[in-house]
Amino acid sequence: MKFTEEHEWLRVEDDLVVVGITEHAATALGDVVFIELPDEGTTVSKDDEVVVIESVKAASDILAPLDGEIVEVNGPLAEDPGKVNEDPLGDAWFFKMKVDDMSALDDLMTEAEYKAHIG
Amino acid sequence: MTALNKTPLYDFHISQQAKMVPFAGYDMPVQYPLGVMKEHLHTRAAAGLFDVSHMGQVMLTSDQGLEALCLALEALVPVSITGIAAGRQRYGVFTNEAGGILDDLMIANTGDALFLVVNAACKSEDIAHLKANLPAHVTVSEITDRALLALQGPSAETALSRLVPSVTEMRFMDSHRIDVDGTEWWISRSGYTGEDGFEISLPADAAEAFAQTICDMDEVAPIGLGARDSLRLEAGLCLYGHDIDTTTSPAEGNIAWAIQKVRRTDGARAGGFAGEARILAELDGAPTRLRVGLLPQGRAPMREGTPLFASQDSADQIGVITSGGFAPSLEHPIAMGYLPIELSASGTEVFAELRGKRLPVHVTDMPFRPSTYKR
Repeated sequence: MKFTEEHEWLRVEDDLVVVGITEHAATALGDVVFIELPDEGTTVSKDDEVVVIESVKAASDILAPLDGEIVEVNGPLAEDPGKVNEDPLGDAWFFKMKVDDMSALDDLMTEAEYKAHIG
Repeated sequence: MTALNKTPLYDFHISQQAKMVPFAGYDMPVQYPLGVMKEHLHTRAAAGLFDVSHMGQVMLTSDQGLEALCLALEALVPVSITGIAAGRQRYGVFTNEAGGILDDLMIANTGDALFLVVNAACKSEDIAHLKANLPAHVTVSEITDRALLALQGPSAETALSRLVPSVTEMRFMDSHRIDVDGTEWWISRSGYTGEDGFEISLPADAAEAFAQTICDMDEVAPIGLGARDSLRLEAGLCLYGHDIDTTTSPAEGNIAWAIQKVRRTDGARAGGFAGEARILAELDGAPTRLRVGLLPQGRAPMREGTPLFASQDSADQIGVITSGGFAPSLEHPIAMGYLPIELSASGTEVFAELRGKRLPVHVTDMPFRPSTYKR
């Protein structure tokens, strides 16, 4: 698993990258009550705002971690946003993307580096 | 940057592992480990303890007696102050010459004085306003040696009566001075959550022991500012600086109910308050815009500042959301905002622009959730 400074995790499944947010981010957001997912087939560039996630407190954006195409979104998550707090690393993934350049993953943080990053 | 003030409960909040944030010059708990959603639901189901010590507590006295004091305050607050019976309190607003609202406040008749509770962010201006505009026979004293706590929820009476048995005899908006272990507590049956409950002004040095004792009871959990905001929003109550401010009048703010007949046109003590020309004209007729309850039709919360439009494609903004978010008790987003009076009827459909999309919003009656006051 790889991690971004924006508290996203990336997991490679076959030739796709699955993206979600970390437990640290889910805790910081508080109770998640709404998620707006992108359309499947959307082409994104790194740092594009692709997901809107709202907690009882505030709205936040989730950014595209890499260049590529959104090929699948987690539809059931939009119906049950609280899953983000319950299982951020598992069921509460946001989208799967086909990444233009898989080697770009190497530049992201490892789990140990991420843990050091959040202190 | 100036250091943040701390309330007498600061150490208590830290001991309860609160997440602290700056609020109106104070370091305040925004939530505890329970989290905003569960704190909100706990208050609705049992009881929550809120530290509201950052709010201003002000005592007004007069050497000419209570009647003269009440009449003097009526020049600044367009409600009937002389009509507040001893041991009762009433909601009011300070108005300006333009008919806007300087702050909203609670006013209690203690029997020989008036006790005011004002908003934290406004308190220094309010006190300056009182001192500058009340006659010389009135003494304005800020109370700084007391904490102010709110205990809210259906189990509030059960919990508080274990320590202060006589609170069971109080009804909504009663305000009593009660001897507790040789000190005087000022307890009102009121709050700002839509729930039955109490606000308790007690000596600062007694606050932590009280908070600890009451939170040790099964019914009671400490509740932060996050849930305080969602609770008052569900109750349809105004937050000063957001839903009402110096540009909104009492009629626009939909708090005309707070202005008794006696202060209105043809009343025995009509007018005589700051901004009376606009305020009375709007009460006699209608304001051009009105604060309304709004029900977003989708699942997306709509927050303060979201612009409102009459239709999907109309160019001109017609209003704005002033408070909004997710309502934990309703499991649905809710909001309040201003709309032109002709679009303010319950059921009217307007559109909010959220992230470039126009989404339908319905005007709805408030409160969003019925209040449970013990009248």
